[in-house]
Formats: sequence, C-alpha cells, structure tokens
Amino acid sequence: MKTSARPRWRATGPGPGLGAGMLFLLPAAALFAVFILVPLVQAIGYSFFTWQGAHRIGFAALSNYTALFTKRPYTDEVMPALGHNLLLFAGAMVFQNSVGLVVAALLHRFNRLRRMFQTLYTLPYLVSPIVIGYLWSLLLSPLFGPVNNLLKQVGLGDLAHPWLGDPKTAIWMIALITSWQWLGFPILLFGAAMGGIAPELDEAASIDGATGRQRFFHITLPLLTPAIGTIAILTFIGAMESFPIPFAIGGSTGNPAGSTDVMSLLFYRTAFESGSGGYIGVASAIATLLFLFIFGVALVARRLMDRVERGLVR
Amino acid sequence: MTALVAEQAAGRVDGVVRGRRGRQRRGSLGGRIGIQAMLWLYAAYTLMPLLIMVSDSLRTQQQMVMQPLGLPTSPNWGAYSQAWIEGHFGTYIRNSIYITVVSVLLSTACSLLAAYPIARARQWLFKVAESVFLSGLMLPVYLAILPIFFMLDSWGLISNPIGLILVYAALGIPFSIFVLASFFRQLPEELEEAARIDGAGPWRTFWHVLLPLVRPAIATVVVFRFVPVWNDFFFPIVLLRNRDSFTIPLGLTQFFGEHQSNFPMAFAGLTIATIPLVLLFLVATKQIVAGLTAGMGK
Repeated sequence: MKTSARPRWRATGPGPGLGAGMLFLLPAAALFAVFILVPLVQAIGYSFFTWQGAHRIGFAALSNYTALFTKRPYTDEVMPALGHNLLLFAGAMVFQNSVGLVVAALLHRFNRLRRMFQTLYTLPYLVSPIVIGYLWSLLLSPLFGPVNNLLKQVGLGDLAHPWLGDPKTAIWMIALITSWQWLGFPILLFGAAMGGIAPELDEAASIDGATGRQRFFHITLPLLTPAIGTIAILTFIGAMESFPIPFAIGGSTGNPAGSTDVMSLLFYRTAFESGSGGYIGVASAIATLLFLFIFGVALVARRLMDRVERGLVR
Repeated sequence: MTALVAEQAAGRVDGVVRGRRGRQRRGSLGGRIGIQAMLWLYAAYTLMPLLIMVSDSLRTQQQMVMQPLGLPTSPNWGAYSQAWIEGHFGTYIRNSIYITVVSVLLSTACSLLAAYPIARARQWLFKVAESVFLSGLMLPVYLAILPIFFMLDSWGLISNPIGLILVYAALGIPFSIFVLASFFRQLPEELEEAARIDGAGPWRTFWHVLLPLVRPAIATVVVFRFVPVWNDFFFPIVLLRNRDSFTIPLGLTQFFGEHQSNFPMAFAGLTIATIPLVLLFLVATKQIVAGLTAGMGK
C-alpha cells in the first residue's frame, strides 16, 4: 500500500529504477538488435542494390522488384508460389482450425478425458516438421507406402494414387499433413477460450429451451471470436512461412513440377542455390515483399479483430 | 487480444487447465458414447502415422507390403544400429543438445532480466522496449537470413554452433519476455517495497525475492522454447555447411536422401530423430501445453 509517508517510492515507482533497469534490459536488447532488428532493416536495404556475388556494386532503385514481375524465371514462379501459400492457409483454416473447433467443442463436454485427448492430439506438434514431411512421404509412397497398400487390401485399390507424385494432389497433401501436425494447437486454444466463458450463460439459455446446437452457434461461437481471430492470424503467418514440410516432400524446387513451391522455398532457392549474379538483390526483394505482406495482413487483421472485440463488449 | 491470451497463459501455468467449474453438461448416454467414438477415431488418425513409423522400423520391407498394418511380431532391431552408424546420429544429437540447451538458457536468462523492468518500471523507455520486443512475435524473422549469414560469415561463425546459439537466443526473446513479464506483473509490488526497506538493491531484490517466485514461468519458457529450436530446419540449412556441425533435422535430410528407399532404415532414422522430444513431452506435458496456450506456438 502506498501512503504519503513514503514519497520516495512514488518518485521512483516499483521496479529496479531507470539506471539499473537499463542494465537489466541491456543483454536482451543487444541480442535482439544485433540478430533481428538490424538484419531485418539490412535485408530491406539489400533489395535496393545491384549485387555481384556477395558484393554491392551499385544502387538499383526498384529494378530488383520489377525483375520479379518481368524477368524469367521469376515471372513463372512468384504467383504460383504465393497461390500455394494462400492455399495452405485456406487448407489449414478448414482441415485444422474448423476441425479443431469442433473437436474442442466436443471435448468440452468431458471432464476427465479432456486432458488425455488434448495431450494425444498435441503429440505431432512436437515432432520436427522435417521428420513429419519425410514420414508422410514414406507413408504415401506409391509402391511400398502403407496408405496405398492399405487401400488395396480393403478393396479400395482404385483409390490408390501417387499422392505426392501427382501435381494435382501434392499441395493438398501438404495442407493435410500440416493440419495433421498442428491440430492440437486450435484444440488447446479453443479449449482455453471455452473454459473462460461463464457457464451461467449456457445454463440460462438451456433453461430457456435452447438446444445444444443453438447454444453453440448463438452463445459459444460469438464469444470465441477473439480466439478465432488469434488463431487465424497465427495460422496465416505459419502458412506464409511454410518451409520444412514442402522441402521434405518436394525438395527445394517444389516437385513435382513446381506444384508444391512456396514463397520461402523460392526465397531460399534465389538466395542460396541460384548461380546467376545479382541474386541477392532479387532474394531480398522477395523477402521484403513477403515481409510487408505478412506483417501488413497480420496488422490489419489485428485491428479488425480489436474492433470486433469492442463490438462484442458493447 | 494479446492481453487476453497472456492472462489465460498466466492462469494456466500452475494448473495447465483449471479445473472445470464442477458441472457436467447434460447429454444422452448414446450421444456421449458416439462423441467419444469420434474422439477416439481422431486420436487414432493422430497417432497412427507415428505408431506405423515405430512399428515399421522393426519390420522388413517384405512384411510392410504383405501386411500394411502388421505388428512387429519378431522385431528386427538391425535397422536401428545401421541407421545410427551410417546416419551419424550420435554427432547430430550431440550438436542439437549443445545448441538447444545453451541457446534456450541464454535467451531465458536475458529475457528474465529484461522482463523485470518491463513489467514494473513506469518510465517510457521500458514501454517502448516492450512494444519493440513484442513486435518480434509477428515478424517473419527468417527473412533476415541473408544479412545474418553475411554477419556470421564475417565473424567466422558459419558451421559454428555459437553462431546458431546467438541467433536462436535472439529469436527466443520476444516469446520469453511476453510470458515472463506477464508473470512478473502478477507478483504483488509490496514484495519489492519490503525488500527495499530491508536494504536490498535492485539486483538482490530480483535475484533473491522475485526470481524464486517466477520459477513456474521459467519452466514454461525453457521447455516451450526447446521444441522449436530443437526442430528448426531453416537456420541450420543456411548457417551450417559442414556435416560435423549438423543438427538432427539437417542431418536427417542427408540421411534420408541416401536411405529413403530402405524403408525400415528410413523409419528407424525418423524414430531416432523423434525420441528425444517425446521424452521431453512425457516429463513436461504441463509446460508445453501452457506454452501453446500462450498463443505463440510458432
């Protein structure tokens, strides 16, 4: 309790004080600045220069950016890769977050079993995505893969398919595999959000004769809007940054036939595997655009969410 | 929104999932059984691939074709010793442990120090610092890899674990500060005042009074940061060039490229790469769930 008898604390407030506080802050600030902030700014700077190997040879203005939309191979690669990222986002919203919401709602009815199921569903999250990618490429392999063999054994041999070898199905498989790995995440978050809803609301509606379905759609779901927004934003960032699973399945070129190419693979290829000079400038242009896109969308979405949340309170 | 998630995370660290408010929701017995069956089915879908991975690492390629879901009746451990030796997993695991442990400890230590003034001090400097750190939660940091590469290269730290350790330590700071600061805020300010009356300076107040009280949050941060660092693939593939410095995910690409047609051995390699984290999960489920619910899973 603060009383006027102790004016000295009022002046300094709690905490270590300005001088000591800056010392406390220093190690984290130094690490963060040297390895994150400065490189991020530099990466944007790189995109405005012409590069010869690892050397800056001149100011390029926007030519690295225009190259992305006028020069081969970039013109053939940028839009499909971006499209695949957006498809992965859509896939995750359907296969991962919607399913996760339903599972979380079902789990909410159980007291004792809930923790166990949550733990089970969260297990794949722990496994390295590169392991997940390789594991599924074995499971889905056309000849020896258990999935196709199983289909044949139960008489559904017609459905057996080179899932990852067919450009039409490969990217969808990646969406499914990613959702399989991350399912525990929406289940836990939605579960936590549902735990925060006052049970009285539900009870009152129940007494008024609302069915379980009505209660879910008219009470639970609207109150989950903040959680849905958080999860959508995090899923968006994750889908835009998707790298290890596509790499494990399609290599750095997005096999088969570029059908699993995504932006981070394109960036990686341009920066570290391309033989042509000037690649650092173009790679940095990709990075900058991607950065603006991810950060911009996340920021706008967050603003929108805050507005919706305020609407909820009112 | 962030605040909401933070409060949930903070409340969750102790009890993971707070006991549900007593009441069991009504539902017909048949409905409940049907729902449980669906939940079990989904659990099977979640676990089956991992079980097949372990089971098939113990079977021959022949058996896999004949019985896709067969069990390893006469387990064949040969694939493991072969994978262990040819895959250099001993080296990779050693590198992964070294890099992960040191970087997580470093980032947790730095974040603890920074979280204290950020949570408590009222000067504007610390408010600015907090928003800068927390913006790191949304930044696609991997896009800064080219400057990071050149910087580490000029310091001679490519293929050196220290380079990765520093990068991971920096990457862990936003999440760690986010969780730790929300924990410091829950401690009563009177504790600090009491320590000050007793003549303790800022450092002793922090070390002897506050630190013991935020221990549960430290556990959450350490365990939860462990997972993405251990599993990371992007920074190693760029920053590690020499096979002796590879971590498990990167070493696995080499191994898998060479042995993917040998199914038992490939499955054995994947299992070896997975075991350390499953062990971690078994001892620290609580912290991992708390970290995930803190909303910053990636």
